[in-house]
Amino acid sequence: MAELTTADIQSNYLAQVRSKRIMNTILLIVFVALMASGFATANDRNAGGFWNGLPMLLDFPGDVISEAVERAHLLPGYFVKYLPSLIETVNIAGASTLLGGIVGLVMSLLVTRGLAPSPWLVGPLRRVLDVLRAVPEIVIALVLIFILGGGPVPAMIAIALHTVGALGKLFSEVNENASLKPIEGLESVGAGWVQRMWLGVIPQVAPNYLSYALLRFEINIRASAILGFVGAGGIGYDLRNTMSWGQGKFDEAAAIFLLLFLTIVVVDQTSSNLRNRLTHGSAKGEIHA
Amino acid sequence: MTVMPLQIRTAGHFQRKRMMSFAVPAVILCYFAYIFVAFDIGGLAERANLQNARTLVSDAYSYKTHVTRDNRDGSIDVSIEGERKGRYLDGNSPAWVTMGNETVVDLGNHHIVTFRETQVTYDIPGYGLIVTEPGRSGVNAEFPTNELPDWINASKNRVTISTDAGRLTVTRNRSEVFRYFLGWELFFFTLDSPYHGMALGTLLRHAVHGEAGAIWSEFWANKMWRHGDVAWALFETILMAFLGTFGAAMVALPLGFLAAKNFSPLGSLRFAARRGFDFLRGVDGLIWTIILSRAFGPGPLTGSLAILLTDTGSFGKMFSEALENVDGKQIEGITSTGAKPLQRYRFGVIPQITPVLLSQILYYLESNTRSATIIGAITGGGIGLMLTQAINTQKDWEEVTYYIVLIILMVMLMDTFSGWLRRKLIKGDEGGH
Repeated sequence: MAELTTADIQSNYLAQVRSKRIMNTILLIVFVALMASGFATANDRNAGGFWNGLPMLLDFPGDVISEAVERAHLLPGYFVKYLPSLIETVNIAGASTLLGGIVGLVMSLLVTRGLAPSPWLVGPLRRVLDVLRAVPEIVIALVLIFILGGGPVPAMIAIALHTVGALGKLFSEVNENASLKPIEGLESVGAGWVQRMWLGVIPQVAPNYLSYALLRFEINIRASAILGFVGAGGIGYDLRNTMSWGQGKFDEAAAIFLLLFLTIVVVDQTSSNLRNRLTHGSAKGEIHA
Repeated sequence: MTVMPLQIRTAGHFQRKRMMSFAVPAVILCYFAYIFVAFDIGGLAERANLQNARTLVSDAYSYKTHVTRDNRDGSIDVSIEGERKGRYLDGNSPAWVTMGNETVVDLGNHHIVTFRETQVTYDIPGYGLIVTEPGRSGVNAEFPTNELPDWINASKNRVTISTDAGRLTVTRNRSEVFRYFLGWELFFFTLDSPYHGMALGTLLRHAVHGEAGAIWSEFWANKMWRHGDVAWALFETILMAFLGTFGAAMVALPLGFLAAKNFSPLGSLRFAARRGFDFLRGVDGLIWTIILSRAFGPGPLTGSLAILLTDTGSFGKMFSEALENVDGKQIEGITSTGAKPLQRYRFGVIPQITPVLLSQILYYLESNTRSATIIGAITGGGIGLMLTQAINTQKDWEEVTYYIVLIILMVMLMDTFSGWLRRKLIKGDEGGH
């Protein structure tokens, strides 16, 4: 030990730094190679190449905008025309968030250790939530469209199921941090499980629940627009119809783009303000889509 | 403070709480009632097609083999799911079909269908022998009972008999029997493969004797299930998510500095960057997908770029928020050693934010695997495309089930993988690079 001089320490340190740098460089090279080859592969598999398509990138937005500008006086009429579809899209998101939130709430209480009435159910129910979270909404929606026909209901069910999985998990993480004291107090006066949860847990966690549910609502609006595009009603469906009509109806497409954009921005802003207020301006909610 | 006002206040407080606890459920209930009317859920029962549901469910776990006779020329065709790909070639047939002058189809449980020269008979145990005679004028049928049970449907031109064992349909030109089997048909090898129907032990013996490659390629190129194509589609979907997520992170990092209050030199630049992020997020993946697919055509590149654009907005916003929360002391410390600005960022800022950024990026990687499936369904790439194609044919529900299972497994795998990577990178390398 005695021979360990400052010079040794320094050379040791420098050697470590060097090896770390080499490792990082290798990692960086691997990463860059992966990205480059990935983009090359994706480019090969694409119908049109990147460099061929790049000059045309602005053609479509250009067409849409020029048609919209040309017939700008018609836009207010289109806004009114497509407002019902927009409301349907928002309603799909709202109903599915509410439905998924309520079921997710119950599920979350059933999968939180310490709160669950039957501990042996915790594991299996968590797997159920995992599966619900893993299924993309479009899968359920397409299957349900086959059975139930087009319209908002398949989209609502599909998004609600996914929401149960997502919110169930987030809610149960919130539940884990809830204080057990009120619950013990309620138990000591003979409250049943439902009463303990309703009066002991929910008041503690309600703001966090609400904040997560609002975030989910933002995500679900986008999902509901996308599902409309594959035939589940709402503004997405109108968008596809006007798009497939092609030139001549691009002004209507522009109106729908605008409506959708404004809705998303307004909902995002409102919900993020509300969420900030719910968490007292602290700890901005992370976005887990 | 006296007792009375406190009491009154408490009473008022309770009143309000009580109101709330009734008002909130009431409002929710009202909203659901409105949705019930607006979405016409009452009319759902008429619109729903239960036959479709039954086909879907039974198809998901069973398959049927068709035995079809052309009544005009007497030729017999045996094929699985009635598909050309599943056809028994050159007079080959499964053991329960006996070909000859009279073709005897044994549906099991002593249900026997016989195609005779001019007649088609179905012997149902416990009911009797049904004799049908397809001819130019229609289908003549004789039943053992006068009153027909509801599983027999007979008209002048068509007789359909559906039993638990199978289904017989006789029309003027065609006589067709379905027999149902459990499971997914020809999942490993198609009928034309030399390995079809081989027991696992025999197959292993063949594999050991140097045929492993051939066996694998027969399986991989299975025409019915296209395992190779499916694997490639899954890879393509993950590729879209990977390129989109990491590409967005790389674009968003420098832009995040521009949008952060404590790093951006110009207020107007900051404002522009932030509105840019809002715009990218607000336009949303759907619209980006549409715009990009117009220019680049369908495929994985379009999907990757759509994810990249949308997530640049999300990442930019999150990164700039993370940057605004960095600790100034570390940067001061680095500055005091005489570091230049770039070095200050490299050693004072990046190590602080790396764990936060990495964990957010990896969260997104998992969720983007799902988005890539959805975008693939719209733009035509990856497993999303195969899924929509299979659903659109409206008959390959076993393939739909297979794809759904694969998608769920893929997303869960990505979830596990990104979680593992997150723990490893953030715990093992606290200081960043």
